[in-house]
Amino acid sequence: MSTASYCPNTPEEVREMLAAMGASSIEDLFRPISPALRARSFDLPEGMSEFEMLHRFEHLAGKNAQHLSHFVGGGYYDHLIPAVVDHLSGRAEFYTAYTPYQPECSQGTLQALFEYQTAICRLTGMEVSNASLYDGGTALAEAAMMALRITGRNRLVIDGAVNPFHREIVRTYLANLDVELVEIGPKLGMEDDLRLRATIDDATAAVLVQNPNFFGSVSDFRRLAADAHAAGALLVVSAYPVALGLVESPGAMGADIVVGDGQSLGNPLSFGGPSFGFIASRKEYIRNLPGRIIGETVDKKGERGFVLTLQAREQHIKRHKATSNICSNQGLCALRGLIFLSSLGTQGFAELARLNYDKAEYAKKVLGAIGGVEVMNGGATFNEFTVCLPKIAEEVVVALLRKGIAAGVPLGLHYPEMERCMVVTVTEKRTREEIDTFARHLEGILCS
Amino acid sequence: MQLIYEKSVPGRRGVRLPASDVPAAPELPAALRRQEPAPLPEASELDVVRHFTSLSRRNFSVDTNFYPLGSCTMKYNAKALEEAAKLFAPYHPMVPLLPHGASFSQGCLGLAYELGATLAEITGMDEVTTQPMAGAHGEMTGIMLIAAYHEAKGNRKKYVVVPDSSHGTNPASAAMVGYEIITVPTAPYGDMDLDKFREVMTDEVAAVMMTCPNTLGLFNPHIQEICDIAHDHDALMYYDGANLNAILGKVRPGDVGFDVIHVNLHKTFGTPHGGGGPGSGPVGVKKQLVPFLPAPRIVKYDDGCYGVDAPAHGSIGRTSGFFGNFGVMAKAFAYITMLGRDGLIQVSEQAVLNANYVMSRLKDVYDLPYDQTCMHECVFSAARQVKNGVHAIDIAKFLIDKGYHPPTVYFPLIVKEAIMIEPTETESKETLDAFIAVMREAAELAESDPAVFAEFPKTMPVTRLDETKAAREQNVCYFGC
Repeated sequence: MSTASYCPNTPEEVREMLAAMGASSIEDLFRPISPALRARSFDLPEGMSEFEMLHRFEHLAGKNAQHLSHFVGGGYYDHLIPAVVDHLSGRAEFYTAYTPYQPECSQGTLQALFEYQTAICRLTGMEVSNASLYDGGTALAEAAMMALRITGRNRLVIDGAVNPFHREIVRTYLANLDVELVEIGPKLGMEDDLRLRATIDDATAAVLVQNPNFFGSVSDFRRLAADAHAAGALLVVSAYPVALGLVESPGAMGADIVVGDGQSLGNPLSFGGPSFGFIASRKEYIRNLPGRIIGETVDKKGERGFVLTLQAREQHIKRHKATSNICSNQGLCALRGLIFLSSLGTQGFAELARLNYDKAEYAKKVLGAIGGVEVMNGGATFNEFTVCLPKIAEEVVVALLRKGIAAGVPLGLHYPEMERCMVVTVTEKRTREEIDTFARHLEGILCS
Repeated sequence: MQLIYEKSVPGRRGVRLPASDVPAAPELPAALRRQEPAPLPEASELDVVRHFTSLSRRNFSVDTNFYPLGSCTMKYNAKALEEAAKLFAPYHPMVPLLPHGASFSQGCLGLAYELGATLAEITGMDEVTTQPMAGAHGEMTGIMLIAAYHEAKGNRKKYVVVPDSSHGTNPASAAMVGYEIITVPTAPYGDMDLDKFREVMTDEVAAVMMTCPNTLGLFNPHIQEICDIAHDHDALMYYDGANLNAILGKVRPGDVGFDVIHVNLHKTFGTPHGGGGPGSGPVGVKKQLVPFLPAPRIVKYDDGCYGVDAPAHGSIGRTSGFFGNFGVMAKAFAYITMLGRDGLIQVSEQAVLNANYVMSRLKDVYDLPYDQTCMHECVFSAARQVKNGVHAIDIAKFLIDKGYHPPTVYFPLIVKEAIMIEPTETESKETLDAFIAVMREAAELAESDPAVFAEFPKTMPVTRLDETKAAREQNVCYFGC
């Protein structure tokens, strides 16, 4: 009796239903499945009530380290989430609906996603956006494939300072296709982008970069964009959305396709998901965008309404000729992003970016003042920066973890030649006190 | 209804951030600094709450309406699942990837591992990766695993075979991995034509992708034979788990001969569909494919602790940023934990009962192209109503006015004017009876007054929308102030 069940029919109703269809038992209905095909095992525990389940889950969650002070980023960031985000996205009319195939009874989802697309265009300086992809890394891979389709070329150049996980995803996506992927060795900043620019040739479909890059450096990509365009290639920029409150938009710097991960816009860390990927581009490329797109139109009475549009690009119509296989996207996370941006507004979002920047600059100064610690970024950064330590960074990070501080991403994980460096992230959530404590412990560890 | 941008009032503020406790830093260089702030809505918190609450009320959803959208398994999403997922909101995915970091993430790693192990038992596979973030993502991952398997064996493979009743994602996923597609037609008995299948099977076929029960809601009695034929050519069998809700505890695809499977946690395992996502599409494989599984791979050590393994030599690499849609995985594990063995078996039994009940009560008024005992869903055709000028889409719009989300229409493509009904196990007989009555009313109206259908829906915020105009004008972003 203690097992949860969401099947409402009573035994009496089941009997009535079986009688109505002339079946003698439920097992009768499974007769098309021959005994030889039946399950050989189904060894699962007994069920339990929701109360017992939640008790068990609380215990499980408690096995994670509690209250870490997060200076670790690596593509996922510990940001504030206004209460309205949970409450509004938690309205069941949003979260228990599905893809808005029937527009008349789905205007809520459709209009919200149209507003989301608008917000993404405005943040990135692009003209068109889809209604979300899975995450930032897969969005970059989709952008790469989109560039291949648009240009009809089969060579891609990717900067080594793009998030290593995202580069891995791009490699995985392209592994079975006839595509040459050229990876340029990492540079901390774009002060010297000559190598990247020199790699572009007439066969290149696109150059893929990230701003701010994995090391935290913020760069001006205008020259790179010009060179790419001169060669008939596209510039794909992966952007960190919170930075777009302070840093010039990729569109203004000449990007053709902009992607990124929307986690920092109102989605919790949640051990890496769900968040959402965004993808936006210049309007001329709209037919090559992957995934769902919401368009504005009118109804029979001339009233404004919204529909899924350009569906002829998609798998349920085009099958193997679709622009992508994506069906389910991350709609609810995109809605959270829109509510997040709406609740902060133009000024609040700019202030959010400024807070991140100011706190990171403070941390840069405090950490950089420790003997033997060197800030590696020559130029500007946003809320992440790279420090080089007099010890192996992995060892320092472990020691700090034991003190409740997730200090950063040790670069030796991804770049063996940088084993003494780590990337430190400082979001608006970190207080001056936390930064000072971090610095004190770091100094103590380096001196010991 | 106005867009939130149209409601914007310059200078109006919503949520306030904490004041800064550090000195203001020098400005970014001008070339890097944003020249124009991104124009976002300027609204009070209450404006935002009213706007999105109003929008939410312009949606049908499982919590407000019966939603028998075939192929999507729109079952009730238990509220306890939401509470379960929130418990894991504060944990950063980089922590276990840091040196010795796994010991700081035992709860999250344990959940992901145990969910994988449970799904392996449910599906009869040897190991499961929870990285894929949706069904189609799982399909692509699965086909990549198959490609890696063939490459390691030195097999030269060019094709992936799909039946014409398959989900569009199957051929699209295989094409993204570089395969050419061979489509096999459906025989009059409602399953992939076995003779045609034999004809197309050569040693150049890498995989056969099957949905079982198929998109007609029918269980393929030849499935074992199909697996055997494929394996004779060293082609691997891929199971599209979209319809797993029909066979929990009854059939395990791994026992039947499938080599790779994806499951849709947002369908079978009760997690909400989110208005289009997020979903989660874990992939299970047989032993011979384990070396190719994506990174990172979560493992359990002999001492009972969990860790993250370095990718195996043959791994296809990374397919998502971290560990997949973990929050969705937590909800699915909560669902499985609550229902347990018997509860899951009951899910399939009641889902199949409900679908057969609807089918038996409607087949005298709608054409049923494949009249057999169905599994969890049934597919009618509006062909009889079309003779009076009433199409499947018209019946769908009539249902909206009656307060029902329409079934899936015009899919599968092999049924003309298809109406695909999946009631799910969480609906009561009373709900089904009321729905059946309305479907019968539609059939009668199609006889007595077919012209009236053009007006439906009449009760929604908008009437039928001009999709051609949307596609032609491509207004996908608001350009007003």
